[in-house]
Amino acid sequence: MSKRLEAMISWIDARFPLTSNWRAHLSEYYAPKNFNFWYYFGSLAMLVLVNQLITGIFLTMNYKPDASMAFASVEYIMRDVNYGWIIRYMHSTGASMFFVVVYLHMFRGMMYGSYRKPRELLWLIGMGIFFVLMMLAFTGYILPWGQMSYWGAQVIISMIGAIPMIGQTLSNWILGDFMLSDAALNRFFAYHVVTLPGLLVVLVVAHILALHEVGSNNPDGIEIKANKDPVTHIPVDGIPFHPYYSVKDIFGVVVFLIVFTGIIFFMPEMGGYFLEYNNFIPANTLQTPDHIAPVWYFTPYYSMLRAVTVNFLWIEAKIWGIILMGGSVAIFALLPWLDRSPVKSIRYKGPIFKFALTLFVISVLVLGYLGTKSPTPLYTLLAQIFTVIYFAFFILMPWYSKIDKTKPEPTRVR
Amino acid sequence: MVKFFYEFFWKSKSENGTANMADIEKKEGMNSRRRFLLAATSVAGGIATVAVATPFVMSMMPSERAKAAGAPVEVDISKVEPGMLLLVEWRGKVVWVLNRTQDMLATLPKLDGQVSDPKSEKNQQPKYAQNETRSIKPAILVVEGVCTHLGCSPVFRKDIAPADLGPDWLGGFFCPCHGSKFDLAGRVYKAVPAPTNLVVPPHMYLSDTRLLVGSDKESA
Repeated sequence: MSKRLEAMISWIDARFPLTSNWRAHLSEYYAPKNFNFWYYFGSLAMLVLVNQLITGIFLTMNYKPDASMAFASVEYIMRDVNYGWIIRYMHSTGASMFFVVVYLHMFRGMMYGSYRKPRELLWLIGMGIFFVLMMLAFTGYILPWGQMSYWGAQVIISMIGAIPMIGQTLSNWILGDFMLSDAALNRFFAYHVVTLPGLLVVLVVAHILALHEVGSNNPDGIEIKANKDPVTHIPVDGIPFHPYYSVKDIFGVVVFLIVFTGIIFFMPEMGGYFLEYNNFIPANTLQTPDHIAPVWYFTPYYSMLRAVTVNFLWIEAKIWGIILMGGSVAIFALLPWLDRSPVKSIRYKGPIFKFALTLFVISVLVLGYLGTKSPTPLYTLLAQIFTVIYFAFFILMPWYSKIDKTKPEPTRVR
Repeated sequence: MVKFFYEFFWKSKSENGTANMADIEKKEGMNSRRRFLLAATSVAGGIATVAVATPFVMSMMPSERAKAAGAPVEVDISKVEPGMLLLVEWRGKVVWVLNRTQDMLATLPKLDGQVSDPKSEKNQQPKYAQNETRSIKPAILVVEGVCTHLGCSPVFRKDIAPADLGPDWLGGFFCPCHGSKFDLAGRVYKAVPAPTNLVVPPHMYLSDTRLLVGSDKESA
């Protein structure tokens, strides 16, 4: 480093904690040395976040949040704005890829017990990110004001209207009208481009600060901080994030970008899963499309919403559907307290947990598939069975994780 | 909760041991005047917070323009042939006007056992439509085309016993969103997600062929 550069950095350091932060979060943040494939998705989620923020800003330059102009302005971006099509496809594909990487990131946490003590709050902040992400996806999907935008929003807003006593007033307050209209589109645009992205960035920063406070978990689920070098006080199984993992993550970024650009250039609609065909028809308030289904990342919850068809415990089937749908997302937040296993990682957990997790993954996939299909009596029955399995994974966990036959954890990472 | 805030703001010491609020109180004394001023400031601050929040929260309620919209709609039904469905927009919602044939009306009593509210006992219609056909004129059904589950607009399926709806289907409305089924009087089937019959909006006949949707003699 040249003398002049050194002088400049020390000038900054006297006024702003630059070097100390660089050390704390990058060059002297010690992460376990045994990270594997599953550890790419945290940094990839950050990459997609940056992609969404930048492409989003450029989309607002040509988009019009007005019920009579929104659909046409999106088509204008696609056809007439220079490179508008690629910016929009980066944003729409980015939305789906955000859920791909976040779901894999969450599954990693479930496999290796990353939600266990002392990472409960880290997990809860992550759940907050997941919730904000779903709100962003929902508000963003409304903006093109196509058939799916309109009727998808109609279904979600009706759920709020179904809340006893206050539902109708609350729904009027959210919509700014007595039905879904221009007023709602205009304010959902405000949420999508200002409120929610701001909240998301704050939560992501909190997520990283919490992670760097407790340290990263690893595929063995043991604490590397328990075994520090007596002289340097550095965990013996830790390696500095930069350059080791920054370089590893760059490799992941390259592979990810190959997939990402491949989708953008060759199949941006992903056969109707990323961008649904009905959303290329302008919103028609008089007619619901013959087949409506949410975008793929919401289909498991959607299946559970319509799985309940009988009233019980004095509560209507409709309300139960809404409770199950909300519960299926919220129940993830309880994981740190549901898991009573003496070990964290799936590597040392017993056969019952492995079986339960496999069954859970299958039920999510089946529910996801059913959510894309029209309801028939057989599909409704299947959705009911797999909804029960989905919830059983969580509700029975305190019991089966306790009696499961675990293997002893090693003292050092492998 | 109160105790937590008391501990946090009053008792917590900074790391280098400088005085906290409790120490200051001990040193300078907490007379009743100081205590009163503290409480008064807190209350005033709380009121100010609510006052400032009010315009923001209330600005999100439906505007005067949104409230003014929603006038009744007049419809000419002379061209609605038997078996035909007319879509009318009222308050941004779709209202169906269905001219039922004799065959269609004959299906209604057969379904009394399969629908969950056959006598329209739940308050989903004005008094004058609380009858076997849920209408003023037996043939003409006027009903909001909004599923009582989650607000989709069901599809008119007058075909009898189609492959997807099964051999028992006698014609009616099927919601593509979550599979709720309604008969030709808008009565909801049992064991579907929708809890209640379709809503009959207030309506009246101005003449034999002129229908007014959104207003009736009682509420006009």
